[in-house]
Amino acid sequence: MSVPILSLITFLPIIGVFFIISIDSKNRELIRFTALLVSIIVFLISLPLYFNFDARTYEMQFVEKLRWIPSFGIKYHVGVDGISLFLILLTTFLTPISILASWHITKNVKEYMISMLILETAMVGVFISLDLFLFFVFWELMLIPMYLLIGIWGGSRRIYAAVKFFIYTTAGSVFMFLAIIALYFLNYRATGEYTFNLLELYKLDISFAVQFWLFIAFAFAFAIKVPMFPFHTWLPDAHVEAPTAGSVILAGVLLKMGTYGFMRFCLPLFPEVSHAFIPVISWMAIVGIIYGALVSMVQDDLKKLVAYSSVSHLGFVMLGIFAFNIQGIEGGITQMINHGLSTGALFLVVGMLYERRHTRMIADFGGLTKQIPIFAIFFLVVTLSSIGLPGLNGFVGEFLILMGTFKSRILYASIAASGIILAAVYMLWMFQRVMFNEITHEENKTLKDMNKREFAILLPIIFLIFWIGIYPNSFLRKMDASVNHLLKQVGEKANVVSNTQRQKRVEQLQQNVMPKIDIISETKTEW
Amino acid sequence: MLNLVALILLFPLIGTVINGLAGKRLKKETVGYIACGAIGLSFLVSILVFCGLLLLPPQERLFEKELFSWIESGSFKAAAGLQVDPLSGIMILIVTGVGLLIHIYSTGYMHEDKGYHRYFCYLNLFTFSMLLLVLGNNFLLMFIGWEAVGLCSYLLIGFWYNKKSASNAAKKAFIVNRVGDFGFILGIMLIFLSFRSIDFTEVFHAASQGTFAVGSFALTLITLLLFMGATGKSAQIPLYTWLPDAMEGPTPVSALIHAATMVTAGVYMIARCNILYMLSPFTMTIVASIGAVTALFAASIGLVQNDIKRVLAYSTISQLGYMFLACGVGAFTAGIFHLMTHAFFKALLFLGSGSVIHAMSGEQDMRKMGGLRRHIPITYKTFLIGTIAIAGIPPFAGFFSKDEIVLESLARGNFFYWSIAIVTSLFTAFYMFRLLFITFHGKSRADHHVMEHLHESPKSMTFPLMVLAGLSSLGGFLGIPGANIMSHFLAPVFGEQGHHTEISGREAGVHHSEGHPYLMMIISTAIAILGIFIAYHLYVKKPELPKILAERFRFIYKLLLNKYYVDEMYDILFVKSLKKISVMLWKHVDTQIIDGSVNGVARLIGRFGDILRFLQTGYVRNYAFYIVLGCIFVIVLTALGK
Repeated sequence: MSVPILSLITFLPIIGVFFIISIDSKNRELIRFTALLVSIIVFLISLPLYFNFDARTYEMQFVEKLRWIPSFGIKYHVGVDGISLFLILLTTFLTPISILASWHITKNVKEYMISMLILETAMVGVFISLDLFLFFVFWELMLIPMYLLIGIWGGSRRIYAAVKFFIYTTAGSVFMFLAIIALYFLNYRATGEYTFNLLELYKLDISFAVQFWLFIAFAFAFAIKVPMFPFHTWLPDAHVEAPTAGSVILAGVLLKMGTYGFMRFCLPLFPEVSHAFIPVISWMAIVGIIYGALVSMVQDDLKKLVAYSSVSHLGFVMLGIFAFNIQGIEGGITQMINHGLSTGALFLVVGMLYERRHTRMIADFGGLTKQIPIFAIFFLVVTLSSIGLPGLNGFVGEFLILMGTFKSRILYASIAASGIILAAVYMLWMFQRVMFNEITHEENKTLKDMNKREFAILLPIIFLIFWIGIYPNSFLRKMDASVNHLLKQVGEKANVVSNTQRQKRVEQLQQNVMPKIDIISETKTEW
Repeated sequence: MLNLVALILLFPLIGTVINGLAGKRLKKETVGYIACGAIGLSFLVSILVFCGLLLLPPQERLFEKELFSWIESGSFKAAAGLQVDPLSGIMILIVTGVGLLIHIYSTGYMHEDKGYHRYFCYLNLFTFSMLLLVLGNNFLLMFIGWEAVGLCSYLLIGFWYNKKSASNAAKKAFIVNRVGDFGFILGIMLIFLSFRSIDFTEVFHAASQGTFAVGSFALTLITLLLFMGATGKSAQIPLYTWLPDAMEGPTPVSALIHAATMVTAGVYMIARCNILYMLSPFTMTIVASIGAVTALFAASIGLVQNDIKRVLAYSTISQLGYMFLACGVGAFTAGIFHLMTHAFFKALLFLGSGSVIHAMSGEQDMRKMGGLRRHIPITYKTFLIGTIAIAGIPPFAGFFSKDEIVLESLARGNFFYWSIAIVTSLFTAFYMFRLLFITFHGKSRADHHVMEHLHESPKSMTFPLMVLAGLSSLGGFLGIPGANIMSHFLAPVFGEQGHHTEISGREAGVHHSEGHPYLMMIISTAIAILGIFIAYHLYVKKPELPKILAERFRFIYKLLLNKYYVDEMYDILFVKSLKKISVMLWKHVDTQIIDGSVNGVARLIGRFGDILRFLQTGYVRNYAFYIVLGCIFVIVLTALGK
């Protein structure tokens, strides 16, 4: 590994920022093209991550380790494994698309593009950091450009939404920071070494009581980010006010940081408590799935509808992660990518409608298919992907999640599966009201169909939607080793708890709940 | 030859892609040729594959081909693989054969429509999905086909998306099916959990080896969940409500949905899983009962409907009920046999009604028709054959298959099933001939405007009618008692369990009825003739009588006419209440309670800051005072500490 790919991906956008700074702010086209070019180059550089990724090992790959603040044991330590790989790719994939979707922005283009690029640096940084301090720096850095994107280029209530987004997230991360510091000192006490190195901290043996509080602190920050019910109310506001690209990045990448955080930090650092929290998190996820779907159903604003649907989709992801088996977690990661693609695409589609009509109210549309048939096809594919139609990407994730959950807890999976009915209800009803029926508004009779730029935005996403749906193994195989390792980490450390619990559960299942069920009970965990 | 099986799927897919991407720029004729050609080739390959199957000795008639591994995660594995055996062999012939006729018919029927290429793109995709459903070698692949069929029905029912009723019906079809799919997907998971595989061969092998005891909880639950999926797709109680609305789509689509594809999926799936079902007597009872009740229930609604397609729609539900009744009593061969003959005559009837509607310039209300037989003779003659076939008059196709079901419902089931089957048979004969008499006989009730345009349909439409009429007349001989070709052919799939592995209590019944199959035939024929006679009396002899009867039995008439108010009930129970709950969740729980408390915390902090602000007066003397206070406090504290 002579080429530091990760650092290139992370800091190339910053170099791009310097370029843009030197451009005259009146030269908007040049600024846009520079930003686009930089983000495309970053995407291309990130591709070898996929192709050169060694799927056989769970070890961190493409690792770079440099001293940063030696007196505190803080290092610039980055790497990729099967869990973060696709999130990085998703980030570098969605950024150029978002920039392309921001072509119509005319207000402070220079500052806008600078924010976008800094955001990319921060997002990639979050996913590759293996040093907790470094992670936290990127985590907080990401807030600033997003705050600006919503607060400056947002809708009418943008200030309220931006402040709410910022404070809500910061409130969570304060506790996380305390927990990080606590881990730092705990490690010192145990090993006599000051380090924020995550891989070292994994080895730490923490008592249950301490784990409990640290877990809560981390989980609080991540649950807000996901967002899990009932910490989700910042999301609809932020989405509604954010510009299209902001929504795409927010839904596509930022929310994933919550679920990623659970996988990267909560589970392996605090395995026993994670096990103990299965019911709590699972129920929050299940409530989120159904609640998000129901509330989404009655929204009259398209963006709000999509925002609430995110609560439902991310509920699935959380449920899968806390199934604690390979299907659940691989499904969870797949669903994270899927949600990034299909919800990102939904926001793009809504953005295209908004550009044409300057409204997002469902009631202002209707019968659009007749006017914009090609747009309708794209919209339909994206809608179906979000519904989880087999053959498209959404199904793979949802099915694996439900499968994994079903293996560990039948009841959870059975309730959560009703979410797939509700998804069809709210999405198809929305689609009907926007695209079908008679045209009722005169303005809609003069709409123009998709232009080339919009094609370029949506086609790559559609391509991936089909690819993941038809041949998901090209993604799943890269996750195997890391997910298995994660399960081992969680399983081994929490062995005592889990085995007895599992035993108890199986017995309960056999004795009380289902007297005659003859499912071959798993005595040994088969990850 | 069996290796060609992938081509059966490939051709319709190619047709879909070509017409989908380039259809707009192509000439209408070309679009039609591509679509029909795709299905035609698919049909030819199906015949080849079928012949390949016939060449093998009966017990080896199972061909599997794995294309690639689809989803793999841990121990879970779902392949993209195809499977041909006698059951799927028959199905692919029905799907591509009847499908081809419907495609040809459509070239005439849809000729004036602006969405011509879009229509054929969907139609090919529909056929592809159904073939995938039939040919998949595991449950999950079947589920893709299953859902894809649902999607295509959504697209085709809502084909005229500008019509509110059409887009509503499309949405309803998809969502109601999803409710069934909820059960199906849970069933698949339970299968994996129980059998560690979702591959048909492995699961059925394990089941036949006695991995699970008869009536075990897991199997019962699995079969019930799968059946839930079947009630959705095959429009059985309680999920049948989407099917009558589905006629909002173009008429050939109704033919495709009702006859060759989609609704038969549920029956196929249960027949496919016959081993699992045979091991779950409880589920079998449920299947048979739901089938029987649905058959009667839907037939009774069909008695009084006035829309020509609506009558046929309820008739489909009723006939599907027959098939489930057959499966439920363990007579899977009879079920599949009826599925086949039904595909012939129901496609014929729907396409015939399309021809009528075409001739009547789009009119669907039978009360505005009448006397059409002289104007559209080919449609009339073929329609008559279809009507006789469905009514169950020998030697037409419907007679043999339905008679077998009626027979089996007594032999393997009980008197209750049999009597329902017989009454349904009476109803069927009545409503079908009522339809025939009102539409084609008597005097015309159409206005002269329509009458002027009255015309027989073009050849592209009448040709499929004639072919189907032929099949409806002769198709029954495949299953003629004594030399039952169907049941011999299907024996490897159904294991002839009907004759040997049957639960002993029912053995007696089999022997009992074997003595009187001819008596049974006479009874059911007599019943059918009775139904026709009543229809003739009411609608030809004394056309004023139905009105008087409707007046006298007002309550029943209203109840039937309004389809037992089930749609209204569902609307109140599910649709409206769900919306109300959701609005409540949004406006109160989300906005007021959750977000209210979030903002409440923020406000609280703000208040706190407001109070603290009073301390910050900006006067140095005040600060000095605070410092003194603080010092005193510390001194007191240390003094007390000592």
